[in-house]
Amino acid sequence: MNEVLIKVENLSRHFIGGKIKALTDVSYEIKKGQVVVVIGPSGSGKSTFLRCLNMLEIPTSGSIVVDGVNILDKNVDINQYRMKMGMVFQHFNLFPHMDILTNMTIAPLKLKKQTPEEVKEKAMQLLARVGLEDRADAYPNQLSGGQKQRIAIVRALMMDPEVMLFDEPTSALDPEMVGEVLDVMKELAKQGMTMVVVTHEMGFAKEVADRVVFMSDGQILEEGNPKEIFEHPRCARLKDFLAKVLI
Amino acid sequence: MKEWFAEIATAFSQTFIEANRWKALLSSIGVTLRITFFALILGLILGILVAVVRSSHDQLEMDGKSNKIINILNSLCSLYLTVIRGTPVMVQMMIMYFVIMASTTNKILVGTITFGINSGAYVAEIIRSGIMSIDKGQMEAGRSLGFNYVQTMGFIIIPQAIKNILPALGNEFIALLKETSIVNIIGIKDLTKWAMNVQGRTYEAFMPFIGIAAIYLVIVIGISKLMSLLERKMRNE
Ligand SMILES: Nc1ncnc2c1ncn2[C@@H]1O[C@H](COP(=O)(O)OP(=O)(O)O)[C@@H](O)[C@H]1O
Ligand SMILES: [Mg+2]
Repeated sequence: MNEVLIKVENLSRHFIGGKIKALTDVSYEIKKGQVVVVIGPSGSGKSTFLRCLNMLEIPTSGSIVVDGVNILDKNVDINQYRMKMGMVFQHFNLFPHMDILTNMTIAPLKLKKQTPEEVKEKAMQLLARVGLEDRADAYPNQLSGGQKQRIAIVRALMMDPEVMLFDEPTSALDPEMVGEVLDVMKELAKQGMTMVVVTHEMGFAKEVADRVVFMSDGQILEEGNPKEIFEHPRCARLKDFLAKVLI
Repeated sequence: MKEWFAEIATAFSQTFIEANRWKALLSSIGVTLRITFFALILGLILGILVAVVRSSHDQLEMDGKSNKIINILNSLCSLYLTVIRGTPVMVQMMIMYFVIMASTTNKILVGTITFGINSGAYVAEIIRSGIMSIDKGQMEAGRSLGFNYVQTMGFIIIPQAIKNILPALGNEFIALLKETSIVNIIGIKDLTKWAMNVQGRTYEAFMPFIGIAAIYLVIVIGISKLMSLLERKMRNE
Protein backbone atom coordinates (compact mmCIF):
# COMPACT_ATOMS: atom_id res chain seq x y z
CA MET A 1 0.00 0.00 0.00
CA ASN A 2 2.89 2.46 0.15
CA GLU A 3 4.52 2.28 -3.24
CA VAL A 4 3.91 5.57 -5.04
CA LEU A 5 2.29 5.02 -8.43
CA ILE A 6 1.65 8.57 -9.57
CA LYS A 7 3.49 11.57 -8.19
CA VAL A 8 2.09 14.96 -9.18
CA GLU A 9 4.17 18.05 -8.52
CA ASN A 10 3.29 21.73 -8.92
CA LEU A 11 0.77 20.91 -11.59
CA SER A 12 -0.92 23.92 -13.23
CA ARG A 13 -3.35 24.19 -16.09
CA HIS A 14 -4.34 27.60 -17.39
CA PHE A 15 -6.79 28.43 -20.14
CA ILE A 16 -7.04 31.38 -22.50
CA GLY A 17 -3.47 32.55 -21.97
CA GLY A 18 -3.62 32.41 -18.18
CA LYS A 19 -6.95 34.20 -17.73
CA ILE A 20 -8.54 31.05 -16.32
CA LYS A 21 -6.50 29.12 -13.77
CA ALA A 22 -8.26 25.76 -13.62
CA LEU A 23 -5.40 24.22 -11.63
CA THR A 24 -2.72 26.00 -9.64
CA ASP A 25 0.38 24.31 -8.25
CA VAL A 26 -1.25 21.04 -7.27
CA SER A 27 1.00 18.40 -5.71
CA TYR A 28 -0.21 14.95 -4.72
CA GLU A 29 0.90 11.33 -4.44
CA ILE A 30 -1.26 8.39 -5.39
CA LYS A 31 -0.11 5.09 -3.95
CA LYS A 32 -0.62 1.67 -5.38
CA GLY A 33 -3.95 0.11 -4.41
CA GLN A 34 -5.35 3.35 -3.02
CA VAL A 35 -8.82 4.65 -3.71
CA VAL A 36 -8.59 8.43 -3.84
CA VAL A 37 -11.89 10.29 -3.98
CA VAL A 38 -11.82 13.90 -5.19
CA ILE A 39 -14.63 16.18 -4.00
CA GLY A 40 -15.30 19.89 -4.32
CA PRO A 41 -17.70 22.43 -5.75
CA SER A 42 -18.41 22.61 -9.45
CA GLY A 43 -15.68 24.43 -11.40
CA SER A 44 -13.04 23.77 -8.73
CA GLY A 45 -10.76 21.91 -11.14
CA LYS A 46 -11.57 18.28 -10.30
CA SER A 47 -12.03 17.19 -13.90
CA THR A 48 -9.02 19.15 -15.05
CA PHE A 49 -6.88 17.44 -12.39
CA LEU A 50 -8.14 13.99 -13.36
CA ARG A 51 -7.77 14.62 -17.10
CA CYS A 52 -4.21 15.88 -16.63
CA LEU A 53 -3.31 12.51 -15.11
CA ASN A 54 -3.72 10.81 -18.49
CA MET A 55 -2.88 13.91 -20.50
CA LEU A 56 -6.30 14.42 -22.04
CA GLU A 57 -5.66 17.88 -20.70
CA ILE A 58 -2.12 19.10 -21.33
CA PRO A 59 -0.75 20.75 -18.16
CA THR A 60 0.66 24.25 -18.46
CA SER A 61 3.45 23.40 -16.03
CA GLY A 62 4.49 20.92 -13.38
CA SER A 63 5.29 17.25 -13.53
CA ILE A 64 3.47 13.93 -13.37
CA VAL A 65 5.75 11.01 -12.59
CA VAL A 66 4.41 7.53 -13.30
CA ASP A 67 6.69 4.55 -12.58
CA GLY A 68 9.60 6.94 -12.30
CA VAL A 69 8.98 8.62 -15.67
CA ASN A 70 7.75 12.20 -16.08
CA ILE A 71 4.98 11.77 -18.64
CA LEU A 72 5.09 15.47 -19.53
CA ASP A 73 8.46 14.84 -21.08
CA LYS A 74 8.32 15.43 -24.83
CA ASN A 75 10.07 12.14 -25.60
CA VAL A 76 7.54 10.02 -23.73
CA ASP A 77 5.09 8.01 -25.81
CA ILE A 78 1.91 9.05 -24.06
CA ASN A 79 -0.15 6.31 -25.73
CA GLN A 80 1.84 3.68 -23.83
CA TYR A 81 0.92 5.35 -20.53
CA ARG A 82 -2.70 5.81 -21.45
CA MET A 83 -2.97 2.04 -21.92
CA LYS A 84 -2.10 1.65 -18.24
CA MET A 85 -4.73 4.19 -17.16
CA GLY A 86 -8.36 3.35 -17.71
CA MET A 87 -10.79 6.24 -17.83
CA VAL A 88 -14.53 6.31 -17.22
CA PHE A 89 -16.46 9.40 -18.28
CA GLN A 90 -19.62 11.04 -17.02
CA HIS A 91 -21.31 10.50 -20.39
CA PHE A 92 -20.01 6.93 -20.95
CA ASN A 93 -18.59 7.66 -24.42
CA LEU A 94 -19.23 4.18 -25.72
CA PHE A 95 -18.68 3.83 -29.47
CA PRO A 96 -22.23 3.91 -30.91
CA HIS A 97 -21.30 2.28 -34.23
CA MET A 98 -19.98 -0.90 -32.58
CA ASP A 99 -21.73 -3.59 -30.59
CA ILE A 100 -20.77 -4.10 -26.96
CA LEU A 101 -18.29 -6.88 -27.62
CA THR A 102 -16.50 -4.81 -30.27
CA ASN A 103 -16.51 -1.77 -27.97
CA MET A 104 -14.61 -3.89 -25.47
CA THR A 105 -12.30 -5.78 -27.79
CA ILE A 106 -11.20 -3.18 -30.34
CA ALA A 107 -8.48 -1.57 -28.21
CA PRO A 108 -6.81 -4.78 -26.93
CA LEU A 109 -7.09 -6.33 -30.41
CA LYS A 110 -5.42 -3.42 -32.16
CA LEU A 111 -2.99 -2.36 -29.45
CA LYS A 112 -1.95 -5.55 -27.68
CA LYS A 113 -0.65 -8.65 -29.29
CA GLN A 114 -3.47 -10.88 -28.14
CA THR A 115 -5.49 -13.31 -30.23
CA PRO A 116 -9.16 -12.66 -30.99
CA GLU A 117 -10.08 -15.77 -28.98
CA GLU A 118 -8.17 -14.62 -25.88
CA VAL A 119 -9.66 -11.15 -26.10
CA LYS A 120 -13.18 -12.40 -26.60
CA GLU A 121 -12.97 -14.83 -23.72
CA LYS A 122 -11.73 -12.09 -21.45
CA ALA A 123 -14.52 -9.77 -22.58
CA MET A 124 -17.15 -12.42 -21.84
CA GLN A 125 -15.68 -13.00 -18.37
CA LEU A 126 -15.78 -9.29 -17.61
CA LEU A 127 -19.32 -9.00 -18.95
CA ALA A 128 -20.35 -11.84 -16.68
CA ARG A 129 -18.74 -10.04 -13.76
CA VAL A 130 -21.02 -7.03 -14.30
CA GLY A 131 -24.03 -9.20 -15.12
CA LEU A 132 -24.29 -8.22 -18.78
CA GLU A 133 -23.04 -11.34 -20.57
CA ASP A 134 -26.31 -11.56 -22.51
CA ARG A 135 -25.84 -8.07 -24.01
CA ALA A 136 -22.60 -8.75 -25.92
CA ASP A 137 -24.35 -8.32 -29.29
CA ALA A 138 -26.37 -5.26 -28.30
CA TYR A 139 -25.54 -1.74 -29.43
CA PRO A 140 -24.99 1.04 -26.90
CA ASN A 141 -28.27 2.80 -27.73
CA GLN A 142 -30.14 -0.34 -26.66
CA LEU A 143 -28.80 -0.13 -23.10
CA SER A 144 -29.86 1.85 -20.05
CA GLY A 145 -27.52 4.47 -18.58
CA GLY A 146 -26.44 2.18 -15.77
CA GLN A 147 -25.71 -0.64 -18.21
CA LYS A 148 -23.73 1.72 -20.46
CA GLN A 149 -21.58 2.86 -17.57
CA ARG A 150 -20.90 -0.71 -16.45
CA ILE A 151 -19.82 -1.50 -20.02
CA ALA A 152 -17.61 1.60 -20.06
CA ILE A 153 -15.90 0.34 -16.91
CA VAL A 154 -15.22 -3.15 -18.26
CA ARG A 155 -14.13 -1.68 -21.61
CA ALA A 156 -11.41 0.19 -19.73
CA LEU A 157 -10.54 -2.95 -17.74
CA MET A 158 -9.92 -4.88 -20.97
CA MET A 159 -6.57 -3.07 -21.24
CA ASP A 160 -5.46 -4.34 -17.77
CA PRO A 161 -4.85 -0.83 -16.44
CA GLU A 162 -2.79 -0.15 -13.33
CA VAL A 163 -5.07 2.70 -12.35
CA MET A 164 -8.65 3.64 -13.11
CA LEU A 165 -9.80 7.26 -13.38
CA PHE A 166 -13.49 8.08 -12.91
CA ASP A 167 -14.94 11.50 -13.71
CA GLU A 168 -18.37 11.72 -12.07
CA PRO A 169 -19.36 8.27 -13.31
CA THR A 170 -22.85 8.41 -11.80
CA SER A 171 -23.77 12.07 -12.40
CA ALA A 172 -25.59 11.42 -15.67
CA LEU A 173 -27.59 8.47 -14.33
CA ASP A 174 -31.16 8.23 -13.14
CA PRO A 175 -31.09 7.77 -9.34
CA GLU A 176 -32.22 4.15 -9.47
CA MET A 177 -29.17 3.22 -11.57
CA VAL A 178 -26.50 4.85 -9.42
CA GLY A 179 -26.26 1.84 -7.11
CA GLU A 180 -25.45 -0.74 -9.78
CA VAL A 181 -22.51 1.33 -11.03
CA LEU A 182 -21.19 2.10 -7.55
CA ASP A 183 -21.37 -1.63 -6.75
CA VAL A 184 -19.07 -2.42 -9.67
CA MET A 185 -16.66 0.26 -8.48
CA LYS A 186 -16.71 -1.07 -4.90
CA GLU A 187 -15.97 -4.53 -6.21
CA LEU A 188 -13.05 -3.15 -8.17
CA ALA A 189 -11.72 -1.35 -5.11
CA LYS A 190 -11.97 -4.53 -3.07
CA GLN A 191 -9.78 -6.33 -5.60
CA GLY A 192 -7.06 -3.77 -5.01
CA MET A 193 -7.39 -1.59 -8.09
CA THR A 194 -5.82 1.85 -7.75
CA MET A 195 -8.60 4.35 -8.35
CA VAL A 196 -9.02 8.11 -8.58
CA VAL A 197 -12.69 9.00 -8.42
CA VAL A 198 -14.28 12.41 -8.86
CA THR A 199 -17.77 12.13 -7.42
CA HIS A 200 -20.56 13.78 -5.49
CA GLU A 201 -21.54 10.46 -3.91
CA MET A 202 -20.39 11.16 -0.35
CA GLY A 203 -21.64 7.76 0.80
CA PHE A 204 -19.26 6.08 -1.62
CA ALA A 205 -16.40 8.30 -0.42
CA LYS A 206 -17.02 7.44 3.22
CA GLU A 207 -17.32 3.74 2.57
CA VAL A 208 -14.64 3.06 -0.05
CA ALA A 209 -12.07 5.87 -0.07
CA ASP A 210 -8.65 5.48 1.47
CA ARG A 211 -8.00 9.18 0.96
CA VAL A 212 -10.37 12.05 0.25
CA VAL A 213 -9.13 15.18 -1.51
CA PHE A 214 -11.06 18.45 -1.29
CA MET A 215 -10.48 20.87 -4.14
CA SER A 216 -11.52 24.47 -4.43
CA ASP A 217 -10.47 27.16 -6.93
CA GLY A 218 -7.96 24.91 -8.64
CA GLN A 219 -6.14 23.89 -5.47
CA ILE A 220 -6.18 21.03 -3.00
CA LEU A 221 -7.34 22.69 0.19
CA GLU A 222 -7.57 19.63 2.39
CA GLU A 223 -6.68 15.96 2.23
CA GLY A 224 -7.16 13.08 4.63
CA ASN A 225 -8.92 9.82 5.36
CA PRO A 226 -12.73 9.85 5.19
CA LYS A 227 -13.09 10.22 8.95
CA GLU A 228 -10.82 13.27 9.04
CA ILE A 229 -12.52 14.90 6.07
CA PHE A 230 -16.14 14.20 6.91
CA GLU A 231 -16.09 14.28 10.71
CA HIS A 232 -13.30 16.69 11.49
CA PRO A 233 -13.03 19.09 8.56
CA ARG A 234 -10.61 21.91 9.29
CA CYS A 235 -10.86 24.59 6.61
CA ALA A 236 -13.95 26.78 6.40
CA ARG A 237 -14.53 26.12 2.70
CA LEU A 238 -14.72 22.37 3.29
CA LYS A 239 -17.11 22.82 6.23
CA ASP A 240 -19.20 25.05 4.04
CA PHE A 241 -19.16 22.54 1.15
CA LEU A 242 -20.07 19.60 3.39
CA ALA A 243 -22.91 21.57 4.96
CA LYS A 244 -24.35 21.98 1.48
CA VAL A 245 -23.97 18.42 0.24
CA LEU A 246 -24.64 16.42 3.39
CA ILE A 247 -28.21 17.45 4.04
CA MET B 1 -52.34 13.77 -84.07
CA LYS B 2 -51.23 10.93 -86.28
CA GLU B 3 -48.88 13.27 -88.11
CA TRP B 4 -47.37 14.40 -84.87
CA PHE B 5 -46.65 10.84 -83.83
CA ALA B 6 -45.10 10.14 -87.20
CA GLU B 7 -42.87 13.19 -86.81
CA ILE B 8 -41.76 12.08 -83.39
CA ALA B 9 -41.02 8.60 -84.65
CA THR B 10 -38.91 9.99 -87.48
CA ALA B 11 -37.01 12.27 -85.13
CA PHE B 12 -36.47 9.36 -82.75
CA SER B 13 -35.15 7.10 -85.44
CA GLN B 14 -32.98 9.90 -86.85
CA THR B 15 -31.52 10.64 -83.44
CA PHE B 16 -31.00 7.23 -81.97
CA ILE B 17 -31.05 4.62 -84.70
CA GLU B 18 -29.71 5.98 -87.97
CA ALA B 19 -25.98 5.71 -88.52
CA ASN B 20 -25.83 3.47 -85.43
CA ARG B 21 -26.03 6.58 -83.21
CA TRP B 22 -27.12 4.46 -80.25
CA LYS B 23 -23.69 2.86 -80.21
CA ALA B 24 -22.02 6.25 -79.85
CA LEU B 25 -24.65 7.10 -77.23
CA LEU B 26 -23.80 4.05 -75.14
CA SER B 27 -20.11 4.78 -75.28
CA SER B 28 -20.74 8.43 -74.36
CA ILE B 29 -22.75 7.33 -71.32
CA GLY B 30 -19.77 5.15 -70.41
CA VAL B 31 -17.43 8.15 -70.67
CA THR B 32 -19.62 10.31 -68.44
CA LEU B 33 -19.96 7.56 -65.84
CA ARG B 34 -16.28 6.74 -65.90
CA ILE B 35 -15.20 10.35 -65.39
CA THR B 36 -17.74 10.78 -62.60
CA PHE B 37 -16.78 7.55 -60.85
CA PHE B 38 -13.01 8.00 -60.88
CA ALA B 39 -13.31 11.71 -60.04
CA LEU B 40 -15.45 10.68 -57.09
CA ILE B 41 -12.83 8.21 -55.85
CA LEU B 42 -10.05 10.76 -56.26
CA GLY B 43 -12.21 13.40 -54.57
CA LEU B 44 -12.92 11.12 -51.61
CA ILE B 45 -9.26 10.29 -51.10
CA LEU B 46 -8.20 13.94 -51.33
CA GLY B 47 -11.14 15.00 -49.19
CA ILE B 48 -10.35 12.56 -46.36
CA LEU B 49 -6.65 13.49 -46.39
CA VAL B 50 -7.34 17.23 -46.33
CA ALA B 51 -10.05 16.87 -43.68
CA VAL B 52 -7.76 14.84 -41.40
CA VAL B 53 -4.88 17.31 -41.80
CA ARG B 54 -7.14 20.26 -41.02
CA SER B 55 -8.81 18.59 -38.06
CA SER B 56 -5.53 17.43 -36.54
CA HIS B 57 -4.14 20.93 -36.98
CA ASP B 58 -7.15 22.38 -35.13
CA GLN B 59 -6.78 19.74 -32.42
CA LEU B 60 -3.08 20.52 -31.93
CA GLU B 61 -3.87 24.24 -31.73
CA MET B 62 -6.41 23.53 -29.00
CA ASP B 63 -3.89 21.44 -27.09
CA GLY B 64 -1.50 24.37 -27.27
CA LYS B 65 0.98 22.25 -29.17
CA SER B 66 2.11 22.82 -32.72
CA ASN B 67 3.88 20.70 -35.24
CA LYS B 68 5.86 22.24 -38.09
CA ILE B 69 4.96 19.60 -40.64
CA ILE B 70 1.25 19.73 -39.81
CA ASN B 71 1.39 23.54 -39.99
CA ILE B 72 2.89 23.43 -43.48
CA LEU B 73 0.45 20.75 -44.65
CA ASN B 74 -2.42 22.76 -43.20
CA SER B 75 -1.35 25.89 -45.08
CA LEU B 76 -1.16 23.89 -48.31
CA CYS B 77 -4.63 22.48 -47.68
CA SER B 78 -6.06 25.94 -47.00
CA LEU B 79 -4.53 27.21 -50.21
CA TYR B 80 -5.98 24.28 -52.14
CA LEU B 81 -9.48 24.84 -50.71
CA THR B 82 -9.36 28.59 -51.36
CA VAL B 83 -8.15 28.32 -54.95
CA ILE B 84 -10.40 25.45 -56.00
CA ARG B 85 -13.53 26.81 -54.40
CA GLY B 86 -12.78 30.36 -55.56
CA THR B 87 -12.42 29.68 -59.30
CA PRO B 88 -14.81 28.24 -61.91
CA VAL B 89 -14.34 24.55 -62.67
CA MET B 90 -14.34 25.40 -66.40
CA VAL B 91 -11.29 27.61 -65.90
CA GLN B 92 -9.63 24.90 -63.81
CA MET B 93 -10.12 22.46 -66.65
CA MET B 94 -8.62 24.87 -69.18
CA ILE B 95 -5.58 25.37 -66.97
CA MET B 96 -5.26 21.62 -66.48
CA TYR B 97 -5.61 20.91 -70.21
CA PHE B 98 -3.52 23.71 -71.71
CA VAL B 99 -0.97 24.30 -68.95
CA ILE B 100 -0.44 21.64 -66.32
CA MET B 101 -1.13 18.52 -68.39
CA ALA B 102 -0.43 20.05 -71.80
CA SER B 103 1.75 17.10 -72.80
CA THR B 104 -0.95 14.43 -72.28
CA THR B 105 -3.17 13.28 -75.09
CA ASN B 106 -5.51 11.41 -72.75
CA LYS B 107 -8.35 13.93 -72.48
CA ILE B 108 -10.49 11.71 -70.29
CA LEU B 109 -7.65 11.58 -67.76
CA VAL B 110 -7.47 15.38 -67.80
CA GLY B 111 -11.21 15.62 -67.21
CA THR B 112 -11.13 13.02 -64.43
CA ILE B 113 -8.25 14.67 -62.60
CA THR B 114 -9.78 18.12 -62.93
CA PHE B 115 -13.07 16.99 -61.47
CA GLY B 116 -11.40 14.82 -58.84
CA ILE B 117 -9.34 17.74 -57.57
CA ASN B 118 -12.34 20.02 -57.74
CA SER B 119 -14.64 17.60 -55.93
CA GLY B 120 -11.97 16.89 -53.28
CA ALA B 121 -12.23 20.47 -52.04
CA TYR B 122 -15.96 20.16 -51.45
CA VAL B 123 -15.73 16.64 -50.04
CA ALA B 124 -13.03 17.82 -47.61
CA GLU B 125 -15.34 20.39 -46.12
CA ILE B 126 -18.21 17.89 -45.94
CA ILE B 127 -15.99 15.40 -44.13
CA ARG B 128 -14.60 18.05 -41.82
CA SER B 129 -18.09 19.08 -40.82
CA GLY B 130 -18.83 15.38 -40.28
CA ILE B 131 -15.78 15.01 -38.04
CA MET B 132 -16.75 18.11 -36.07
CA SER B 133 -20.27 16.76 -35.62
CA ILE B 134 -18.95 13.80 -33.61
CA ASP B 135 -19.05 14.32 -29.86
CA LYS B 136 -15.67 15.31 -28.37
CA GLY B 137 -16.01 12.45 -25.89
CA GLN B 138 -15.51 9.91 -28.69
CA MET B 139 -12.00 11.18 -29.42
CA GLU B 140 -11.25 11.28 -25.68
CA ALA B 141 -12.52 7.74 -25.14
CA GLY B 142 -10.38 6.49 -28.03
CA ARG B 143 -7.29 8.31 -26.81
CA SER B 144 -7.82 7.19 -23.20
CA LEU B 145 -7.71 3.56 -24.35
CA GLY B 146 -4.28 4.17 -25.88
CA PHE B 147 -5.12 4.75 -29.54
CA ASN B 148 -3.09 7.50 -31.19
CA TYR B 149 -4.76 10.33 -33.07
CA VAL B 150 -4.76 8.66 -36.47
CA GLN B 151 -6.02 5.33 -35.08
CA THR B 152 -8.83 7.06 -33.21
CA MET B 153 -9.77 8.91 -36.39
CA GLY B 154 -9.72 5.71 -38.44
CA PHE B 155 -11.50 3.32 -36.07
CA ILE B 156 -13.86 5.62 -34.24
CA ILE B 157 -14.40 9.10 -35.67
CA ILE B 158 -14.41 8.68 -39.47
CA PRO B 159 -16.77 5.66 -39.56
CA GLN B 160 -19.32 7.64 -37.55
CA ALA B 161 -18.71 10.82 -39.54
CA ILE B 162 -19.22 9.05 -42.87
CA LYS B 163 -22.55 7.74 -41.66
CA ASN B 164 -23.66 11.29 -40.79
CA ILE B 165 -22.52 12.86 -44.04
CA LEU B 166 -23.75 10.19 -46.45
CA PRO B 167 -26.62 12.40 -47.70
CA ALA B 168 -24.26 15.34 -48.31
CA LEU B 169 -21.80 13.04 -50.08
CA GLY B 170 -24.65 11.75 -52.25
CA ASN B 171 -25.52 15.31 -53.26
CA GLU B 172 -21.89 15.97 -54.10
CA PHE B 173 -21.84 12.79 -56.22
CA ILE B 174 -24.90 13.99 -58.15
CA ALA B 175 -23.53 17.52 -58.59
CA LEU B 176 -20.32 16.00 -59.89
CA LEU B 177 -22.16 13.92 -62.50
CA LYS B 178 -24.04 16.94 -63.78
CA GLU B 179 -21.01 19.23 -63.80
CA THR B 180 -19.03 16.81 -65.97
CA SER B 181 -21.28 17.90 -68.86
CA ILE B 182 -18.73 20.65 -69.60
CA VAL B 183 -15.88 18.26 -70.41
CA ASN B 184 -16.85 18.42 -74.10
CA ILE B 185 -15.14 21.82 -74.14
CA ILE B 186 -11.79 20.01 -74.34
CA GLY B 187 -13.18 17.53 -76.85
CA ILE B 188 -14.16 14.63 -74.61
CA LYS B 189 -16.99 12.60 -76.17
CA ASP B 190 -19.31 12.51 -73.19
CA LEU B 191 -23.08 12.36 -73.12
CA THR B 192 -23.56 16.08 -73.76
CA LYS B 193 -21.07 16.04 -76.62
CA TRP B 194 -23.03 13.20 -78.21
CA ALA B 195 -26.21 15.31 -78.28
CA MET B 196 -24.34 18.25 -79.75
CA ASN B 197 -22.89 16.02 -82.48
CA VAL B 198 -26.28 14.58 -83.35
CA GLN B 199 -27.78 18.06 -83.56
CA GLY B 200 -24.96 19.08 -85.87
CA ARG B 201 -25.84 16.24 -88.24
CA THR B 202 -29.63 16.22 -88.12
CA TYR B 203 -30.28 19.93 -87.46
CA GLU B 204 -32.78 18.79 -84.91
CA ALA B 205 -32.31 19.79 -81.25
CA PHE B 206 -35.43 18.59 -79.46
CA MET B 207 -34.88 14.83 -79.49
CA PRO B 208 -31.17 14.60 -78.67
CA PHE B 209 -31.26 17.13 -75.83
CA ILE B 210 -34.52 15.93 -74.30
CA GLY B 211 -33.07 12.46 -74.69
CA ILE B 212 -29.90 13.14 -72.73
CA ALA B 213 -31.81 15.16 -70.13
CA ALA B 214 -33.85 12.02 -69.51
CA ILE B 215 -30.71 9.90 -69.33
CA TYR B 216 -29.00 12.26 -66.84
CA LEU B 217 -32.19 12.23 -64.80
CA VAL B 218 -32.39 8.44 -64.73
CA ILE B 219 -28.75 8.18 -63.61
CA VAL B 220 -29.30 10.80 -60.88
CA ILE B 221 -32.38 9.00 -59.62
CA GLY B 222 -30.38 5.77 -59.67
CA ILE B 223 -27.62 7.33 -57.58
CA SER B 224 -30.16 8.72 -55.09
CA LYS B 225 -31.73 5.30 -54.68
CA LEU B 226 -28.33 3.71 -54.22
CA MET B 227 -27.35 6.26 -51.58
CA SER B 228 -30.55 5.86 -49.57
CA LEU B 229 -30.09 2.11 -49.74
CA LEU B 230 -26.55 2.48 -48.41
CA GLU B 231 -27.76 4.84 -45.69
CA ARG B 232 -30.43 2.44 -44.57
CA LYS B 233 -27.95 -0.41 -44.52
CA MET B 234 -25.48 1.55 -42.38
CA ARG B 235 -28.22 2.67 -40.01
CA ASN B 236 -29.30 -0.92 -39.44
CA GLU B 237 -25.80 -2.07 -38.64
N1 LIG C 1 -11.35 23.88 -22.21
C1 LIG C 1 -11.53 24.87 -21.31
N2 LIG C 1 -11.45 26.16 -21.69
C2 LIG C 1 -11.61 27.15 -20.79
N3 LIG C 1 -11.87 26.97 -19.50
C3 LIG C 1 -11.97 25.72 -19.05
C4 LIG C 1 -11.81 24.59 -19.92
N4 LIG C 1 -11.96 23.45 -19.20
C5 LIG C 1 -12.20 23.86 -17.93
N5 LIG C 1 -12.22 25.20 -17.84
C6 LIG C 1 -12.44 25.99 -16.59
O1 LIG C 1 -11.59 25.49 -15.60
C7 LIG C 1 -12.25 25.49 -14.33
C8 LIG C 1 -12.22 24.11 -13.73
O2 LIG C 1 -13.03 23.25 -14.52
P1 LIG C 1 -13.26 21.70 -14.19
O3 LIG C 1 -11.94 21.08 -13.97
O4 LIG C 1 -14.12 21.15 -15.24
O5 LIG C 1 -14.05 21.78 -12.80
P2 LIG C 1 -14.89 20.64 -12.07
O6 LIG C 1 -14.67 19.35 -12.76
O7 LIG C 1 -14.40 20.66 -10.66
O8 LIG C 1 -16.32 21.08 -12.13
C9 LIG C 1 -13.63 26.03 -14.57
O9 LIG C 1 -13.64 27.41 -14.26
C10 LIG C 1 -13.84 25.82 -16.06
O10 LIG C 1 -14.71 26.78 -16.56
MG1 LIG D 1 -16.07 18.08 -13.76
